[in-house]
Amino acid sequence: MQLKHVLTICPYCGCGCGIYLEVLDGEIIRTIPSKTSPVNQGRLCIKGWSAHEFVVSPKRLKRPYLRKQEKLHEASWDEVLDFTASRLREIREKHGPDSIAFLASAKCTNEENYLLQKLARAAIGTNNIDHCARL
Amino acid sequence: MKETIIEKVKDLFEDSRIEAFLGLKEENGQIGPYLFTDPKDLEGFSLGDKEWPGDKRYPLSKILIALAQKYPENRFGILVRGCDERALNELFKWNQLNEEHVVMVGFPCPQELAEACECPKPYPESLVVGEKVKGIKSKKVEVILNMGMEGRLKYWTERFSRCIKCYGCRNVCPVCFCNECELANDDLIPSGEIPPENPIFHLVRAAHMAGRCIDCGLCEEACPVGIPLRTLYKKVADIVDSEFGYRPGYQKDQKSPFNILGERPED
Repeated sequence: MQLKHVLTICPYCGCGCGIYLEVLDGEIIRTIPSKTSPVNQGRLCIKGWSAHEFVVSPKRLKRPYLRKQEKLHEASWDEVLDFTASRLREIREKHGPDSIAFLASAKCTNEENYLLQKLARAAIGTNNIDHCARL
Repeated sequence: MKETIIEKVKDLFEDSRIEAFLGLKEENGQIGPYLFTDPKDLEGFSLGDKEWPGDKRYPLSKILIALAQKYPENRFGILVRGCDERALNELFKWNQLNEEHVVMVGFPCPQELAEACECPKPYPESLVVGEKVKGIKSKKVEVILNMGMEGRLKYWTERFSRCIKCYGCRNVCPVCFCNECELANDDLIPSGEIPPENPIFHLVRAAHMAGRCIDCGLCEEACPVGIPLRTLYKKVADIVDSEFGYRPGYQKDQKSPFNILGERPED
């Protein structure tokens, strides 16, 4: 029997609400807002309250896939990265850098988002970078 | 007070009366729920007081339901204030928890908290430490009643219109245990609309609190937009009391009027 309340930060928007993930024998079963967090003081929005749900969602992608003829096929990281890089290069050469846009995520770390904008601006050459939290 | 409770919990472990104790723990300045399975872990044990008394309460009885469902044979100790005990009494009656497998370790709230909560019974029967504190009669319900019909309608319509439908009031509620929640029924409360239909959403919840709400106030503390839910449910409790002579959670042996099927109808 192991019940843990793991203190963490809500993975959705940039507010950074403090939450406890209730983990019963390794399975996340509930999100509880932290009352000690100065950000949310025991309160959450509906996304925060369900922050644990996507972890166990059957729709979640856990490995790389390539879409071929409308269907997702499992593929290796090398394969998907090579494909993505070559297609991005092709599109940029044919239509120019501003034909490409990047969508970052509040679910990622600051560092990951920094790297994505770096890729957009320095490697591709576009300022078309936005994020999912622009609601 | 805390030390006495810790000693009591240690005794329960030593006498093998419990296999685990559900309480609160302070770690790195943060107070949260904690399941103690070893008396050695009791360092950092917390009563949920940080800035002021009882400001870090959590729905421990609700957490216990999930635990007891998976481990129905185990016996659990649980830290209780007056409100937690009332919640557990109600959960026993509704067969959500087995009373024989739950050992309550109770402590009273200080007068200051009792007054802030307007709590009629700020102590549990299962006191292991401290004195019974004087109950407080609510004044908030009366203030709203004195606004008159029009004033009340305006007051509640404005408060309900702030709702962002986070479901926090339901999620944190120790006596919300239905498998299917009417508030999540897409035909009654369409998803994707904020605020939810005013006043249906909040009146549906208020009606469902009849005979259930044990007046702990966790809903109001969880509400991000400051809807005075506790006052609303206090009024619901008053109505149930005057109609059925029943206050949820207070009398352990009194059956809930919402839990009685009644006489078998004649054929």
